[in-house]
Amino acid sequence: MALQVSDHEDAAGHGAEQGISNVILGMILFICSEVMFFAGLFAAYFNVRANSPIWPPAGNEHFHVANEIALPLVITTLLIISSFTCQLGVWSIRRGDRQGLIRNISVTVILGVIFLIGQGYDYTQLGFTLADGTFGTTFFTLTGFHGAHVLGGVLMLSVVLYRATAGQFSAKHHDMVEAVSLYWHFVDVVWIVLFSLLYLLPTAR
Amino acid sequence: MATTTLRTSTGYRSGLYEWLTTTDHKKIGILYLANSILMFLLGGIFALVVRLELAQPGLQFLSDSAYNQAFTIHASLMLFLFVIPVLAGFGNYIVPLMIGAPDMAFPRINAFSFWLLPLAAIVMLSGFATGGGAAAAGWTEYSPLAQAKYEGIGTDLWIVALLLIGTSSILGAINFIVTIFKMRAPGMTLLRMPVMVWTVLVTSILVLMATPVLTSALIMLFIDRNLGGHFFDPATGGNAILWQNTFWFYSHPAVYIMVLPAMGIISEVLPVFSRKPLFGYKAFIFATAAIGALGFSVWAHHMFTTGAVYLPFFSFMTFLIAIPTGVKMFNWIATMFRGQLTFSTPLLYAIGFLTMFLIGGINGAFSAAVPVDFAIHDTYWVVAHIHYVLFGGSVFAVFAGLYYWWPKMFGRRLNETLGKIQFVFMFIGFNLTFFPMHILGLSGMPRRIADYDPNAGWNDLNLLATIGGFTIAASLLPFLWNVFITFRSGEPAGDDPWEGNTLEWATSSPPPPYNFDHLPEIRSERPVFDARHRATHA
Repeated sequence: MALQVSDHEDAAGHGAEQGISNVILGMILFICSEVMFFAGLFAAYFNVRANSPIWPPAGNEHFHVANEIALPLVITTLLIISSFTCQLGVWSIRRGDRQGLIRNISVTVILGVIFLIGQGYDYTQLGFTLADGTFGTTFFTLTGFHGAHVLGGVLMLSVVLYRATAGQFSAKHHDMVEAVSLYWHFVDVVWIVLFSLLYLLPTAR
Repeated sequence: MATTTLRTSTGYRSGLYEWLTTTDHKKIGILYLANSILMFLLGGIFALVVRLELAQPGLQFLSDSAYNQAFTIHASLMLFLFVIPVLAGFGNYIVPLMIGAPDMAFPRINAFSFWLLPLAAIVMLSGFATGGGAAAAGWTEYSPLAQAKYEGIGTDLWIVALLLIGTSSILGAINFIVTIFKMRAPGMTLLRMPVMVWTVLVTSILVLMATPVLTSALIMLFIDRNLGGHFFDPATGGNAILWQNTFWFYSHPAVYIMVLPAMGIISEVLPVFSRKPLFGYKAFIFATAAIGALGFSVWAHHMFTTGAVYLPFFSFMTFLIAIPTGVKMFNWIATMFRGQLTFSTPLLYAIGFLTMFLIGGINGAFSAAVPVDFAIHDTYWVVAHIHYVLFGGSVFAVFAGLYYWWPKMFGRRLNETLGKIQFVFMFIGFNLTFFPMHILGLSGMPRRIADYDPNAGWNDLNLLATIGGFTIAASLLPFLWNVFITFRSGEPAGDDPWEGNTLEWATSSPPPPYNFDHLPEIRSERPVFDARHRATHA
């Protein structure tokens, strides 16, 4: 029922011009470019990994990050939950529920910040640095740039939150909320791929 | 029906403030063009420095290091701060007009895209003020030459500059795609869009998908140089070829980014000055899309001699590109065939493009053949090829576009006589400079050397190329003089001086803010021609 109403509202909101709004199309295109950016980094990761006789390379037992997976697993779960809360916020404003939007986006921002703090703490516990061989370089580059994107997402969500508390969004006009939520889901998906590569794939080998 | 309201700006703002803060796509387009031409002149000075050093064997003017900086910055300025932005400038100015839109989809992002470019130029050139000099490993910055142990901070400034330019390109591409898909006037279907708009669309998709990969490569290089990373260092498990793969994954599509809008300009100029519609409109569009798609599968033809890529595949895909390009060549020739040709300056430059780009295509096919490439890799043959496609192709198209759209941009026509003098000097100078490089390449002269053996038999051809280079420089003097006198006392152009086909000729010269008071009916890809035809045959 809720979904039906939201579809109707959405169609009404974009009735003035046909099809997808400029802002949302722009964000989808931006996400396409971000996919290619991470594709470049992932290609580098696979390349150095394939060139290494064993992976993780020998020499530092801390490279076996899968052995200390508890904290990464917790923050991964929180980030995945944040994608759901973000989408709940979108569904709220599609119904015209501003309080629901504010509530859900607040939770999303808090979860994003917890992820960043958790990852920062994890960095101090890893026992290797960016300069420690190709493993350290790829690990910190990939997770670091993902973290930078989480930070960007948190900042964008904070702007959404500020504008939501100022009452600037309605069932008809909330393109920014939709666009930022798309970005947040993208950041989440990148992390799922990254987590699988860095923590789960090595244990399979 | 198809009307847009004309809004007048509120209050008085000074001219300078207006230009610094404008979000009008026409002003931003002109800023792009002005900045790019400035970079063209600057890059040209570096080219002259290089040619001067090579005029005779021995080191006369420069140290080896200064020479390396000169050719690196020459190429970086020309590719990243001239060719790509100048075509984006034409796109900015002309695309909204051609599709009957009041502005780009995101005007403020558009302004931001532009202002990143002068900033990037300052960052890149500030390398000369540092102890180690500017970037010097060539515009391709191959590892290990690009690694920190060989160079000072200039390379880092170069990396930052390219990151800024890349961001500018990506934001611009998003803007173009949204504008073209969302802002077209009623009746302007996709298959009625001018070819120029199609080429900008395909180019923007290439920018969107390829440039971020360069961004990732640049970031990896920065990490290697400054943070102790190991991406490209084989001694510690990295891979120097990885740089080449990620770099060329961008930089080969980039050559289509640098030539597709130029082809669009030519495809607008030829029909107007042949008094005929473009031959094979749909075939042309499919050929453009095919070049864009194939462009992503040929990057490793720059890396044949590394022995690290699958040669038959990349060679075959490279030859395939000749097919859509050939389709376009026949389209252009058939457009002119039995046309009523008026040899105005834009048409001369368009013909210059056709002939020179043809040579650039043919000498490129030699490099695509693996056994030949093994012989001519990194010789002056490659330098000849890139200049025949990018100077003979893109630069001639840029001047065709400048002479063609100048009346629309400024309401005054550039002087035809000066334009033709410029063309003759540039055409002769261009061939004097770059044709001998084929022979130099075949006789084994490597690129990027400051000095050569006086007994190698390269002296005369190098001197000839240097004379040609200065002839090109001289050809720019009539152009600059032309611009100057046209601003001072140019002949008023009227709204439609060339009897054009596309919507930009349906508004005043220069167009008002938000472009159109009213639009003609759009029933084909030549709405202004249709309107004129109806008026004379009513």
